[in-house]
Amino acid sequence: MPAPNPLVQFKNVQKSYDGKILVVKDLNLDVETGEFLTMLGPSGSGKTTCLMMLAGFEPATHGEIYLNERPINNVPPHKRGIGMVFQNYALFPHMTVAENLAFPLEVRKMSKSEREERVRKALDMVQLGEFGSRRPAQLSGGQQQRVAVARALVFDPELVLMDEPLGALDKNLREQMQYEIKHIHENLGVTVVYVTHDQSEALTMSNRIAVFNDGVIQQLAPPDDLYERPDNAFVAQFIGENNKLRGRVSLIDGDYCVVQTTEGVPIYAMAINVSASGEESTLSLRPERVVVNPAVGSVPNIFDARVLELIYLGDHIRTRVSLLGREDFIIKVPNSADHAFLREGDVVSIGWLQEDCRALDA
Amino acid sequence: MTTTADVGIDDKLLQKRLDKAMFNRRLRAFMLVLPILLFLLVVFIIPIAYFLFQGIYDKTFSSIMPQTTEVLSEWDGASEPTEEMFAALVADMVVARENKTIGRVATRVNRDLPGSRSLFTSSARQAARLEPPFMESLPEVKDKWGEIEVWQAMKTASRKFTPGYYAAALDLKLQSDGSIVRQDEKRRIHLTLMVRTLQISFLVTVFCLLLGYPIAYLLATLPVKTSNLLLILVLLPFWTSILVRTTAWIAMLQSQGVVNDLLVFFGVTPDDARFSLIYNKIGTLIAMTHILLPFMILPLYSVMKGIPPSYVRAAKSLGATNWTAFWRVYAPQTVPGLGAGAILVFIVAIGYYITPALVGGQEGTMISNTIDGHMRQSLNWNLAAALAGVLMVVVLTLYWVYDKVVGIDNMKLG
Ligand SMILES: Nc1ncnc2c1ncn2[C@@H]1O[C@H](COP(=O)(O)OP(=O)(O)OP(=O)(O)O)[C@@H](O)[C@H]1O
Ligand SMILES: [Mg+2]
Repeated sequence: MPAPNPLVQFKNVQKSYDGKILVVKDLNLDVETGEFLTMLGPSGSGKTTCLMMLAGFEPATHGEIYLNERPINNVPPHKRGIGMVFQNYALFPHMTVAENLAFPLEVRKMSKSEREERVRKALDMVQLGEFGSRRPAQLSGGQQQRVAVARALVFDPELVLMDEPLGALDKNLREQMQYEIKHIHENLGVTVVYVTHDQSEALTMSNRIAVFNDGVIQQLAPPDDLYERPDNAFVAQFIGENNKLRGRVSLIDGDYCVVQTTEGVPIYAMAINVSASGEESTLSLRPERVVVNPAVGSVPNIFDARVLELIYLGDHIRTRVSLLGREDFIIKVPNSADHAFLREGDVVSIGWLQEDCRALDA
Repeated sequence: MTTTADVGIDDKLLQKRLDKAMFNRRLRAFMLVLPILLFLLVVFIIPIAYFLFQGIYDKTFSSIMPQTTEVLSEWDGASEPTEEMFAALVADMVVARENKTIGRVATRVNRDLPGSRSLFTSSARQAARLEPPFMESLPEVKDKWGEIEVWQAMKTASRKFTPGYYAAALDLKLQSDGSIVRQDEKRRIHLTLMVRTLQISFLVTVFCLLLGYPIAYLLATLPVKTSNLLLILVLLPFWTSILVRTTAWIAMLQSQGVVNDLLVFFGVTPDDARFSLIYNKIGTLIAMTHILLPFMILPLYSVMKGIPPSYVRAAKSLGATNWTAFWRVYAPQTVPGLGAGAILVFIVAIGYYITPALVGGQEGTMISNTIDGHMRQSLNWNLAAALAGVLMVVVLTLYWVYDKVVGIDNMKLG
């Protein structure tokens, strides 16, 4: 969906640090005004590099970046007016919290009274009203994080970039901060480009997620789409838990297809990323979509599986079974009142809908 | 460690166990530093304390001339010398001549009364043949004995504990009645020298800072490969003897040297009016700046290396120009390195000796050259000790001021 007037546009952007390897390959991305867009991907996939190009700290090797339809390749960072939250917060250690927040206002030659007013508001926004006179070193990690967010927002930028801002926090605090940042985003209506390699963080916070791998955006979609309708095998594997089955396409009929596994067993699936029969394909199937003991005829794919391992996880029982020669097939059996009781060594019948099984690239 | 309290162990027992564990640990730590402590005590603290003590303690006269010292202590320093005093002096001189110690007495009194050296040596030669009353026979040998000045000088010299050397180090003079007055106009040299020493050290520190800061910045920001190479170049001077480096500067800066040749060649100065760049203050400044530069660069470099680039980036993203980001965000964070470098250079400079001695000429020498002169040429160790004491007090005072202004904790060497 190309937006009518995107705030940020990457057009055919490439980046190489050493002149040999492209760490960002032909990036095309529109960020809409007011949205919360997350770049998600494994380490080294080029997320930080993209953010740095947008902030102006790294030049693009090729292509153009537009901000408000204005090319900004030659605009120095301090004139871009983009707020930024760094992974280590980069709070100036020799200034107090209030001085840190006043810094962007000072360089904009704002009057003292207005500065104080804004600093106070920003501190209140992150619930740190009383901490203005402290040094960053006298704050906890979470408090520093909030100051960093407040500082990036205090001068009312249209766009805020955050590079793994929660990476250094422990799990509970991270979850709390996720909600806080999300609420600030909703209240202020500011556009956020967020980088993380934590998928649950991305799913929690974002309007849209761009999944990066190897310098290429694999898929750009809202969180639910990404999880339920992955475009390719990488995304399916990277987001959430996934069962993989390999095979060769034997038939394509519109949206549907049949994939023949190496054992010659046909599996009915959705044709997502396959175009012709004879192609190699990876089938993707979410563990919670597998049905145990399905009624005959209710689903097209029914197989016998042997239970290898049961792990009790409270709300569900994670069950590993051996299926079609694979030993790593996972089923999530919900811990509902009438769920099937399985034991190790049992042979059970399992099945799934054609719509839940997606035939992706090899 | 015995920190977990078993159920049933009362507090006192736990505390005892903890103390015991801690005691063993402290003992071990102490044993580890014991050798260096002893070493420092024997070769550093004791010699320095002993040396500085000499600045206020001088028993040359009183030990060689005990009788004279005794009678002089009862003399008021103003009335005419008595026969008793003459007799004691002659008796002491006879003994001192036999023991060949009269030269030391002569040297000692000569410090307070210049020109009185031969008075003692030649009088002592004839002392044994003199007949009483000595009040008359001694001035016949040298009529200077009739002057009260000589006796006053001896009275001053006879004091074992004396503020005289410190007074001299501060261009003051201790008089025989114990009062202190300013030194004669033409003998006031130490304060000028002290001020010059401070001035040169200060200027060298400033030059090192101006030259070292950009280099340290470059070292800290360049890619590792290049910066390592540069760092070797910075450290290279450490591998060469100071003597070699200083003499190299002589070859560079002398009036027929490389720099002047170039200046003449390019027509900056005519051949008969070459610049005097050496054997003066300029020479000292140039050579010392060069030699002390690494002491500024290294602490600065290590501090700058530890400043993540994200600070400056953050400043820029917040709207600061390169200039503002540097001055408001980067520079303040280099203060610890700056402080360490500055104090290191200043303190090494203030006691610097070889370089000013070689290239300083008359107006470019420093207090340590004078201290050295007193230790090796005039053999006035007491004055050398007093000068060193004054220097130490000055350095400590500056250190204290520095602590008040910048803060010692704020200093970072690496
Ligand atoms: N300054 C640099 N010079 C040379 N190569 C670099 C530089 N910065 C990053 N790279 C390389 O570019 C690639 C992408 O790096 P980038 O930092 O963008 O990854 P990332 O997606 O942010 O990873 P992470 O999740 O670990 O932060 C990596 O292979 C990295 O080695
Ligand atoms: Mg990164």
